[in-house]
Formats: sequence, structure tokens, C-alpha cells
Amino acid sequence: MDLSELTIKSLRDKVRSGEIKARAVVEDSLKRAKDTQGKLNAFITICEKEALLRADQIDKTVSSKKDPGALAGVCVAVKDLLLTKGVKTTAASKILADFIPPYSSTVVEKLEAAGAIIIGKTNLDEFAMGASNENSAFGPVKNPWDLTRVPGGSSGGSAAAVAARIAPASIGTDTGGSIREPASFCGVVGIKPTYGRVSRYGVVAFASSLDQVGPMAQNVEDAALMLEVISGKDKHDSTSADVLVPAFSEKIIDNMKGLKVGLPKEYFVDGIEPEVRKAVDQAVSVLKAQGAEVVEVSLPLTEYGIAVYYLIAPCEASSNLARYDGVRFGHRTSEAKDIHELYRRSRGEGFGAEPKRRIMLGTYALSSGYYDAYYKKACQVRRLIRDDFLKAFSKCDVIATPVATGPAFKLGEKATDPLAMYLNDVFTLSPSLAGIPGLSVNCGFTKEGLPIGLQLLSKHFDEEKIIRAAYTVEKHSGLPVRRPHGF
Amino acid sequence: MAFEAVIGLEVHAQLLTNTKIFCSCSSSFGAGDNENTCPVCTGMPGALPVLNKQVVDYSILTGLALGCEIRENNVFSRKNYFYPDLPKGYQISQYDEPICIKGKVTFLVDGVENTVGITRAHMEEDAGKSTHHGDFSLVNLNRSSVPLLEIVSDPDIRSAKQAGEYLRNLRSILLYLGVCDGNMEEGSLRCDANVSVRPVGQKAFGTRVELKNINSFRFVEKAIEYEIGRQVDAIEQGQKISQETRLYDPDKNRTMPMRSKEEAHDYRYFPDPDLLTLTVDRAWVEKVKARLPELPLQKLKRFVSEYQIPEYDAQILTTSRPQAEFYEDVVKQGGNPKAASNWIMGDLLRILNEQKLEITQSPITTTQLADLLKHMDAGKISGKIAKTIFEDLAQKKYVGLSVEEIIQKNNLTQVTDTKAIEVVIDKIMTANQGQVDQFRAGKEKVFGFFVGQVMKEMKGQGAPQVVNDLLKKKLKGE
Repeated sequence: MDLSELTIKSLRDKVRSGEIKARAVVEDSLKRAKDTQGKLNAFITICEKEALLRADQIDKTVSSKKDPGALAGVCVAVKDLLLTKGVKTTAASKILADFIPPYSSTVVEKLEAAGAIIIGKTNLDEFAMGASNENSAFGPVKNPWDLTRVPGGSSGGSAAAVAARIAPASIGTDTGGSIREPASFCGVVGIKPTYGRVSRYGVVAFASSLDQVGPMAQNVEDAALMLEVISGKDKHDSTSADVLVPAFSEKIIDNMKGLKVGLPKEYFVDGIEPEVRKAVDQAVSVLKAQGAEVVEVSLPLTEYGIAVYYLIAPCEASSNLARYDGVRFGHRTSEAKDIHELYRRSRGEGFGAEPKRRIMLGTYALSSGYYDAYYKKACQVRRLIRDDFLKAFSKCDVIATPVATGPAFKLGEKATDPLAMYLNDVFTLSPSLAGIPGLSVNCGFTKEGLPIGLQLLSKHFDEEKIIRAAYTVEKHSGLPVRRPHGF
Repeated sequence: MAFEAVIGLEVHAQLLTNTKIFCSCSSSFGAGDNENTCPVCTGMPGALPVLNKQVVDYSILTGLALGCEIRENNVFSRKNYFYPDLPKGYQISQYDEPICIKGKVTFLVDGVENTVGITRAHMEEDAGKSTHHGDFSLVNLNRSSVPLLEIVSDPDIRSAKQAGEYLRNLRSILLYLGVCDGNMEEGSLRCDANVSVRPVGQKAFGTRVELKNINSFRFVEKAIEYEIGRQVDAIEQGQKISQETRLYDPDKNRTMPMRSKEEAHDYRYFPDPDLLTLTVDRAWVEKVKARLPELPLQKLKRFVSEYQIPEYDAQILTTSRPQAEFYEDVVKQGGNPKAASNWIMGDLLRILNEQKLEITQSPITTTQLADLLKHMDAGKISGKIAKTIFEDLAQKKYVGLSVEEIIQKNNLTQVTDTKAIEVVIDKIMTANQGQVDQFRAGKEKVFGFFVGQVMKEMKGQGAPQVVNDLLKKKLKGE
């Protein structure tokens, strides 16, 4: 039996029944992680010892007839931005290269409470700043579908680990597209939940008003189950919402009867590669064939999304990254005459180019005399962008768009042009600014065999509808099940 | 040219909540180094603040006591700067949306009512503490994230003395409310002063200097006094005052430049995205209002009108809430109001001072003092006996005995029986015939000698008035 072909539910049922030992599942997953590490560089840390220990605990729980949880024996790869008590958490930065957290993030605790096993900490763009996973102090991640291409970012390691079948699911974070874009580039399902749906406690902060943790998985049902486990109000996170968490994975509907799908005209413009356009159009016709009414909607402020995002996110980041000062934890320079030099050198040596760029942007935009023109104005436009979406959702239930203008690009292709890299996120930024949920599901492949993602959006806390739409595409698009060659 | 000073104070009051403002660590003083810390107050990656509602309650209560408007929309902002004892690299504070605005403090200075406006009061977190040891420094984060209320006055203060009085009265209000322990030496009450001078009659303010590090009432007055003098001297010598922050050096009693306007930090305030806007609705304010106690000035005025005591007495008695309550408790149990005031302000405060006790730890209970005063008023014991019992109580000579029982046990009741007193007088006169003759020859001064002798014989228990009357009669041979 090829364990990597099993869905999460069937895998956990086999573990719960004792048919498969959690230890066997973990050993299999660890082997894949280690075997592919040289090719993919998906992990920063592989948690071999801890994972095996946890597997034995799960097996013991099973043999003593106790409930091992909804994710019993399921291996999960976790983005190295989420704190794991006692296990190195780096944010892919030199400044946290040796940081061993004294506590675990709420999401990690929830996963472990449900019986999941953290197999390793995945690679990412430093502090989640990037769209290609090339901004990692631990080297870039390669796309399993084409090792010369990027996996997307910033949750590149999490996407690659799922695409390469190392683990059935992974955890990513999304600030402006960091789950959806790599999910699209790697052909997996990724969900960025509504802002406030999942706790941010214990997640290294990039831009606090945008950051959300979400699942990545091989299919819609698995992603839905993962979301179910990690969602909910957390008393440690004031911005987590006290909203009922539906059983997303139960009785997922595979049709669109009675639902309207909106196509924002501002998203279907020049610049989208024809193959992407074609795949998205096909997915939309699948939705239509399954009962959806397709309508055109308008999001007139779309063009301001990038500007607004690249003010708000760097402003918050410049403040969030102030704590990495070499005083209490993280990298400290070996030579400093006084406290100011300690700060300058520790930060200068510890941060890579992209965090430095964003710290400078944010510091400038928050400065006295510029605040009103930049940060405050950006927040005002952000509110209007949100209103735009709410207005569009008065005409439809789900909005469908491409995730990105093209498939995975070549390593190094945009690395020297930050602006080109920023523009890559054009379709994912505005939904993040609006705080609404977004999902990326595979809707086809290019001739070269690269996956193409469909982005599905809904109102706040209405993830059920995008899960339903994604499931409909998955079930009815007739795409052959593909697996990247060699994985 | 005559100058006047324009002064405003910024007071940081550490709020007496059980836990810190954004985490559940204890905010108590005196724990071991970094013992009261967690990922939140040490600024660990991924840690998030969660507001302690008790901080809001205390801030509303203080705002109401200062007559402030309590604002519905409360936004916490980040004040960004680097310092080793500021773990997150920013302090969470309130910037343009504080909880309290537009209040005032009214107080008496030499019997004259003074009013100082309150611009605003806002909630914020404290930083940790750095200590420097030659070539290294240590950081203790126990104080990090302890709640503070920063109370900013209007520039209504005109003298160092008035500044001191304002601060004393503000402190007294905070203590009455029980929201702050007011200890300036331990840093739970801190004060910065903005000082400028201008020619008398001029409307526009002069250039303002901020004074820091003034950590006692005495220093507040001395630092401001010095700074006013420095600014006036400078202007008279034709110099310009530069806008700057100066540090007070209590040893040299002078202020020194700390940083100029150009060196001032750009704090890059922006709303903290980790905390939601806090809505303080009417119902919340009303709920807190129900707990608002009578404040020092109200109490002072009520004592004067209700108990007919001098304003001076009332001011001293209301200095602290326990002291005022002690007084009122004595009076309510039947103690004569003026006598109670005299005994508390005199003997009781002296004894507490000698024994280094707070009034809440008084060795003499309110019931005991009230009983002493009642027995005195009823003529049952003399003032002298009352004093003796009072001192004995202070020395804890009687444990578990009521005043009544002490009087009984020691047979201290005042003797008013004229026959018994006459017997003693006759005995003394017989034994001191020489002095009797002197008195009768017109040397009335020896009268005191006889009073003393009689009282001594009676162990102080003779009722003074009766003794006096009978002695006069007998000596005059009536």
C-alpha cells in the first residue's frame, strides 16, 4: 500500500483501527522528507526524533482504546514561522537561526491535540516576505513539478512538501498570497481563512492585520478537515474571532445549485497568460455545468491593491521586526562597542535583503510628516477595497479568479527585480486587505506540465462556499490525477 | 521685568491590578529577577497582547474622580523606539484616542481653592528595568507590561509650590480610589514636568522645557524652582530658551540638558493591529461609577459642615482615606468631634509615627478612642487618666480589654464625691499649714501646689473641677 496515496480521513481511520501503526506512517514520511531534501530543500528542520516519539504515543493511545484524535497519525509539515516548543524555529532568517522557542503556537498545539504529528519545519521566504521562496537564509525551495522553477512563496516549503507527497497536509501562512500562490504553483489545495478564523498566537508576525494561518493539502476534503482542526477563538489572540466553526469536511457538496459565481471584470485583463486564462475559463464552465449562475461583478479599486498592501504590510513589519535586536534572543553580533552598535550590527548581520527593504519602507512611511499621506491613506483605501468586495458579494456567493498571471516561474527570473515580484501578487493582495477567505485549487496544467490554480473567494467566515466550489471543480473537471515525476 | 512660570505635569501612576496589562503575569513588586515574565511581556516572537479589563476599570474610575469625559473609542497604539528594557521595540500606549479627556483637580492651598485642568489620561504598559554594572548591563523584565495610567495636566500651574500641592492632591485621589499605591521612591508614581516662563501679562507661552527624573515630592518642587530661576536668568541675560528635555540632578540641585528638540525620537505611532478598538459604553462607565468613593475635597467639606471642625483639621484628617475613616468611625461611636480630631492629629499620629505604623495598624482602636472620649465627656475619668490609658493602650499593655474594663480593673474612675475629696483636702492642709498661711496672706500662687498635692494623694482620680472648687472654698476658710 502506498501510504502517500491515502486521503487524511482514510489514513487516520486506519491508524485509529490499528490497521496501520502511526510509527510506520511517520517512518514513511520521514524517509520521503530526507530522500527529497537534497532536490527540493523543502525543510529547514526535519523533526525525526520528536515525530517518532509522538507516533509511539499515538500507537499507545490506540492500543489502550483511547481516542487518538481526528488527525491521528497524520503527518503535517509546518511552516517554520510557527513556534514549536523545544524545536528550532527560524522564520528562514539568520537572525533566528538558533532560536529554540519556549512555547508552541496555538495552531501547533491544536494539531498535536488532534493527534497530528509534526514531521518537520518547512522552508519559506525570510519572515514570509516573498513570492518565490528565494528569500530564505537556508536556500531556495525547488518546485517538484520542475526543479528549475520556484515553488511560489512564501509558504514554498509547505506547498512543495505536499506536492511531493512527503506529507498529506501542511501548514502555511498567508499575508498577501503566501498560501494561495505556492498552492497554485505546486498544484495543491491551499486555504487562506478569513482574518480572525485561526489564531496567530505563536506565529512569527510579519504584518499583523493581514497574517493568517491556513492549511495546504492534496485535495479539498483534506484541506477542509485541517481547517476544521486549526480554527476557532483563542484567548491568547485578541483578533481571533468568536465565530462558530462549521464541520467543513463533513458532507461537502459537489455541486453549485443555487449559488452564483462572480467574475470580477478587473481581474480578467491583459497580462494573464493564455494557458492560465483557458484553465480558469474551463473551471468556471465546470461550476456552471454543476448549477452555478455565472455573473460579472466589478471590483473597481483592484488597481490600488498593490500600493495599499505595500504600505500597510511594510509599516507593520517595520514595527514587528523591532524585537530582533540581539538583546534577548536570536543573532547577536560578536563585536559591539555600545548598545547602538549592538543593534546596528546584530540587525545588519541577521536580516536578509528583503526584510531590510521592507523595514526601511515601513519606517519611512510611518515617520512623522509622512504618516497621514501614506499609512493613514492606505488604511482608508483598504476600507474601500473591503467595501468593494462586500458590494460584489451582494451579487454573488463566490468570486472566481486566477491565483496568479502565470504558472511557476524560473528560479532567479524575478529575483533581481523586487517590483516584478511584488506585481506577481496582484490577484491575491486585495482579498487579504479585505480580510476575506481565499482558496487555491488546481484547475489544469500548462503544456509544459506546470499546475495552474483557480482562486475562489467568499464573504468573511463563509469558507464553506469556497470549499464547496473547489470540491465541485475537483470532482467534475475530469482532470487526470497527476503526481510530479520522481516523487 | 517680572516673570511668571507656566507648568504642566505628566504623572505616571502604576495601577494596582493583580496582573499585567497584556498578559497574566503578576504585577507585584519584589519578585526575583525576571520571575514575573512570560512570552508576551518578554516580547517573544509570535506573542500577542490581550487587554486586562481591570486596567480599563481603574482608568475609568480615575477618570471619573478627575471629572473627565470617558471616551467610547479607545485605540492602543505602538510607540516605536529601541531600548534594551523595551522588549518588543515598541511600547503599547494610547496616542490620539485616550480613555479620559478634559478633567480637573481641585484642591486647597492655604485655604484657597486651586483648580488644575487635566488634558488627558491614557493607558499604557511600563518598560522593564536596566541596571548597569561596569562593562555589562542587566535587564529585568518583571516591570515590563505593568499597567500605567499617564495623567497629563493642562499648563495651569504657576509655581513650584502649587505643582507640589497638585501632585500631593492627585496622589491622594489615586490612593482614595485604591488604584495606585502612590509610592514615588519605588517608582509607582512618577512625574515629569513641563516648565516655561513668560513676562507677566503676556498671553503666549514661552519655550517649554521638559524635566525628567524627579522622583519625590521634594524634588518636584526643587527641580521646578531651579528651572524657573534658570530660565528667568537666561532670558534676562538675553539668551533664548531652547526646547529640550533636561534631567534633574538632586545631589547638585540643578537640571542638565538630556536631549534637544532635534534629537527627539520620532516614535512612529500607529494603531496596534494586535489589539481591537476598545469600546467603553455608557453601561460600563455607570457600573464603575457606582464604585466611586467620596473624594478628599468632598470629605473635607463635609467634615467641616457635619462635624463643625476647623478646615485645617479637616484637611489633615482627610489626607488619607483610612485616616478620615478612622476619624469618622470614632465620631460615629460617640466621640466628641473636635476632641477626636485633636487626639488623632496629636497623640495618635505621634504614636503611629514613633512606632512606624500606618493608621490601619493603629494599636488603639476606634472604639477604644471613642470610649475614652465618651468617659471624659461624662466626667467619669479625667483627661489625665485618659492620656494614661491612651499611652498604655499604645504600648499594648492591655490586650482584649475594653476601656470600660480597664477603668474598672484599675479603679480609675474619677472621684466626684465631695466628702471623699474634702477628707483629702483637710489632710493636705493640716500637713502644710505654712502654705495655707501664705495663701491666706495673699500669695495665691501656692494654690497650684495644693491642687497638685491633692491630685497626687488621689492618684489623679479627683475630678479637677470639684477639687478646684472645694480647695478654693477651704483655703479661703469659707
